[in-house]
Amino acid sequence: MRGFLKVFLLLAMAGAAVFWYLTEPKVLDAQSLPTTPGDVEKGKYIFYASGCASCHAAPDAKGEEKLALAGGHAFKTPFGTFYAPNISPDEEDGIGGWSDVDFVNAVMRGVSPDGQHYYPAFPYMSYQRMNVQEVIDLKAYMDTLPAVKSQVPDHDLPLPFRFRRGLGAWKFLFMDNKPFKAVQGASDAVNRGAYLVTGPGHCGECHTPRNLLGGPETDWQLAGGPAPEGKGVISNITPHRDGIGDWSEADIASSLETGFTPSYDTFGGSMVAVQENMAHLSAEDRAAIAAYLKSVEPRPSRWKERKPEK
Amino acid sequence: MHILSKFAAVTALTVMSTTSFAADDPIAARQNIMKNVGAAMKAAGAMATGKAEYDALAAELAVRTINSSAIGFPMFFPKGSETGGDTEAAPAIWSDMEGFSKSSAQLATDSATATEAAKGGMDTFKGAFFAMAKNCKACHEKFRIKKN
Ligand code: HEC
Ligand code: HEC
Ligand code: HEC
Repeated sequence: MRGFLKVFLLLAMAGAAVFWYLTEPKVLDAQSLPTTPGDVEKGKYIFYASGCASCHAAPDAKGEEKLALAGGHAFKTPFGTFYAPNISPDEEDGIGGWSDVDFVNAVMRGVSPDGQHYYPAFPYMSYQRMNVQEVIDLKAYMDTLPAVKSQVPDHDLPLPFRFRRGLGAWKFLFMDNKPFKAVQGASDAVNRGAYLVTGPGHCGECHTPRNLLGGPETDWQLAGGPAPEGKGVISNITPHRDGIGDWSEADIASSLETGFTPSYDTFGGSMVAVQENMAHLSAEDRAAIAAYLKSVEPRPSRWKERKPEK
Repeated sequence: MHILSKFAAVTALTVMSTTSFAADDPIAARQNIMKNVGAAMKAAGAMATGKAEYDALAAELAVRTINSSAIGFPMFFPKGSETGGDTEAAPAIWSDMEGFSKSSAQLATDSATATEAAKGGMDTFKGAFFAMAKNCKACHEKFRIKKN
């Protein structure tokens, strides 16, 4: 009996140590960052490509108001409700005073300056694929935006999910901290599109369905699924007939520019904010996104099988 | 080309007037109204973007269709029609009927402006058309949820 207890304790301790090791925040150190100072103009472009304002502007902000990153937008997920924080350059309420490395680790590793994990409602899973220099450029631009005061509510989460350390285990399962890897043999346009879609554009954060643990179902990339907020669905954007198989590349590029689909319907819901960001990109970049979307594996919409059309 | 766009606008108008009788099925009625709005947008948009030759009468007919659709559109969202059929109407319509009606009224105003502007030629029409076109997304962003 005593022997059993000892073994049990040892195993538990080993388990805890492994857990502690696995959940340890993995960060980039300041020495490994490129030394070129951030470029404000380039950063502005990245700001639109990566859609920070869609989540961090005050809810219902329109036009110029979207540059005041006061936070407060609520995200209802199966794991609880998250509130986007203030990321304006305000010293008290926002992220004024953060160093480049603090910012890079938040965006690309999901780790705060004091070493806590962020929840993946912040799409760092996609942003980990971004080019580090571009993230530094982005910070230079965001430093020029208005500093605003705001009080954002705490996340409203059931107990087990309040424990941030546990997110390390989630990251261990789903996050590889690898940079974007170009597809061998694909054209430059397709690769540029792949970078924009899987990295800054974080299209998969909405368009790729999630498993029970909230990780992406990589076999169903971009195939859409029920919306995380529980109502409606998010479109399949693979070139399958359930998706955008009958859209031409020109149709896709033009819808990202204007918001009108080929049938003169429009984007709705959260896609409107995404589209309005895409409208700030160059025509070549929108064409690249279109070329990439047409090149991915066509996948059916699974939810249509479960709930057959009447 | 302009014969075609004229034809599209006129068809849209006629379909529009027939659907108004379908008030006993508000979901089907409002979806048909929106389908016609879409068809009218297609005709008007082709001209505003220079993909089709500008024809003042066809342009005017198209935006007039949109105008008559927008007027009274919220009537097709009575209580009890929140779900059913394959409606994509968002619950926000009923929790914020005032905002929804405002959004609809804005489209009515801007399409009336575009109807006037159509007479002034392509250049005046273009500006009014794009100002009107903003209303579609603005309402769909808040008040519509994709179902498939
Ligand atoms: C899909 C919504 C979403 C998008 C897009 C998004 N964020 Fe966030 N962000 C969040 C949420 C939610 C949190 C809170 C995470 C937490 O508390 O664990 C957050 C947290 C942060 C934080 C930490 C702030 C703090 O006070 O600790 C920073 C910095 C940040 N985001 C920057 C960005 C930048 C830069 C971008 C664009 C490249 C961006 N975010 C895009 C949702 C988003
Ligand atoms: C915040 C969530 C979100 C993100 C991020 C997002 N989308 Fe969407 N997308 C949606 C929703 C919701 C719809 C359904 C829109 C509607 O209601 O009309 C949609 C629809 C679409 C459609 C139309 C499909 C159809 O059949 O009508 C395309 C194309 C599209 N998205 C492309 C993209 C691309 C490209 C990106 C990345 C740059 C992206 N989306 C990022 C939420 C998102
Ligand atoms: C006042 C709000 C509002 C405005 C403005 C509006 N729509 Fe809609 N639209 C809706 C709603 C709500 C639905 C979903 C109706 C349903 O399914 O019950 C819809 C659906 C649609 C559909 C799909 C119809 C179907 O069932 O196939 C199209 C196409 C469409 N709208 C086009 C447009 C265009 C183009 C404009 C701009 C000229 C526009 N809408 C302006 C509220 C609006």
